[in-house]
Amino acid sequence: MRFTARVSNPGRAPGFGLSLGFAAAWLGLAILLPVAALAAKASGLTWREFAEAALSERALAAYRLTVLASLAAAALNAVFGFVAAWSLARYSFPGKRLVDALVDLPFALPTAVSGIALTAIYSSGGWLGGLGLPLAFTPAGVVVALTFIGLPFVIRTVQPAIEDLDPGLEEAARLLGASPARTFVSVLLPALRPALLTGFAMAFARALGEYGSVVFISGNLPLKTEIAPLLIMSRLEQFDYAGATALSVVLMGGSFLMLFGINALDARARRNAG
Amino acid sequence: MMRALLLAVTALFLGLFLALPLAAIFGEALRRGWGVYWAAVTEPAALAAVRLTLFAAAVAVPLNLVFGLAAAWAVARFRFPGRSALVTLIDLPLAVSPVVTGLMYMLVFGLQGWLGPWLWERGIEVVFAVPGIILATIFVTLPFVARELIPLLEEQGEEEEQAARLLGAGAWQTFRRVTLPNVRWALLYGVILSVARAFGEFGAVSVVSGHIRGRTNTAPLHIEILYNEYNFAGAFAVATLLALTALGTLAARAALEWRTREAV
Repeated sequence: MRFTARVSNPGRAPGFGLSLGFAAAWLGLAILLPVAALAAKASGLTWREFAEAALSERALAAYRLTVLASLAAAALNAVFGFVAAWSLARYSFPGKRLVDALVDLPFALPTAVSGIALTAIYSSGGWLGGLGLPLAFTPAGVVVALTFIGLPFVIRTVQPAIEDLDPGLEEAARLLGASPARTFVSVLLPALRPALLTGFAMAFARALGEYGSVVFISGNLPLKTEIAPLLIMSRLEQFDYAGATALSVVLMGGSFLMLFGINALDARARRNAG
Repeated sequence: MMRALLLAVTALFLGLFLALPLAAIFGEALRRGWGVYWAAVTEPAALAAVRLTLFAAAVAVPLNLVFGLAAAWAVARFRFPGRSALVTLIDLPLAVSPVVTGLMYMLVFGLQGWLGPWLWERGIEVVFAVPGIILATIFVTLPFVARELIPLLEEQGEEEEQAARLLGAGAWQTFRRVTLPNVRWALLYGVILSVARAFGEFGAVSVVSGHIRGRTNTAPLHIEILYNEYNFAGAFAVATLLALTALGTLAARAALEWRTREAV
């Protein structure tokens, strides 16, 4: 290993053994060991145990809600996040720097805090709940929470892409007689599609595993408003580690598919750009 | 016309999803007056929860800072087999549901887990105790410093470092006086992100903590308990502390970005 490093690294930076050794040891302890424990537990399950926990009616309803609510939230973010990214990239308005900084709030705000805040707003006595939007304790409430936590992804991937657009493209399209709508659909949107897709996929992946912001607003009714991470939590509270493991395997399988998808999209976007 | 429409949609969307929740936190916290607010944030259980949150972050973040530096150095300066697997592993905590993280640590350190019984016999409690909370915090904050540093180190290349070495500087001296100053803002940003994540982690910590009030309750868990007891004013009062930390994080980020842009 050391030999390869020396050969492909003519500058001979020092500290290869020390830095890689420490990094690998830390990753092994903090990440590989727990993941291996989960994998071992999962492979020890019989098919029957797995099916009973991961394919029960309650589990299937939880996956359905998790996937559909995550998709709905990512779609809302794709549409409105695109508009917000456009406004932030193209227009100047008073307080723009403040708004731009606030976009990352969902990353910085602890999920439990966002959860209780959204519940207070959308419960029947709350600010919007009292105004005819009592979304708390319904599947729509889950979508609200997942939209909130995924909000920065689309804006933060699309905003720099809009800033990097070649203004000559738009001008050329307009000079050739394209309407603003036509310019947008056939010139701008294709150029921005990779960034938009990446942002959408990241928001979706984040929503799949979310727990803290949903637990308060969903009401956690089995078969109705219970998402997959909540079901895992309730298995854990009953010390049903086998059941929790089976559900986790399904959830993690979904997340990893998304992660690979995002990396593939990223690689494609970079190839197209380069 | 188009501009006004898009700005209006933006204002509505961000107002609904950013400004309103923020206003709700402070509005609910102060609804019953400053007296109730003050009592809620100075109550012993709240103070213990805040102390534990600070302590867990103070242990986890420096360890991941050292890890982030080592990992970024190895990944950015060398090509070796398994390099891309290493990068994927660094990203893994971002893709795992916090609840699953908690489960994984239960399976290693719980009483039915791999190491739990062995540690228990030696009087070491990990889950349902402070070490478990620290381990969960380490897991969720692991990626941030490394992810900030890897692209920056790659982009900067090693010419300055080689110049320093040619001029006779030792390896550590070069690292301390050339590499570290070059990446200090990215490093600081990674630390800020890690601290914010450490303060706010909820799902993973919730699984391994056991919710023992005054002993293994972090600030977010304390909020959950108060909320479930219908003590909304108390829950939102403690939530304002975390919300202020979050706003501080955003301000620090904006300041750092402004600073890097000035420097370019």
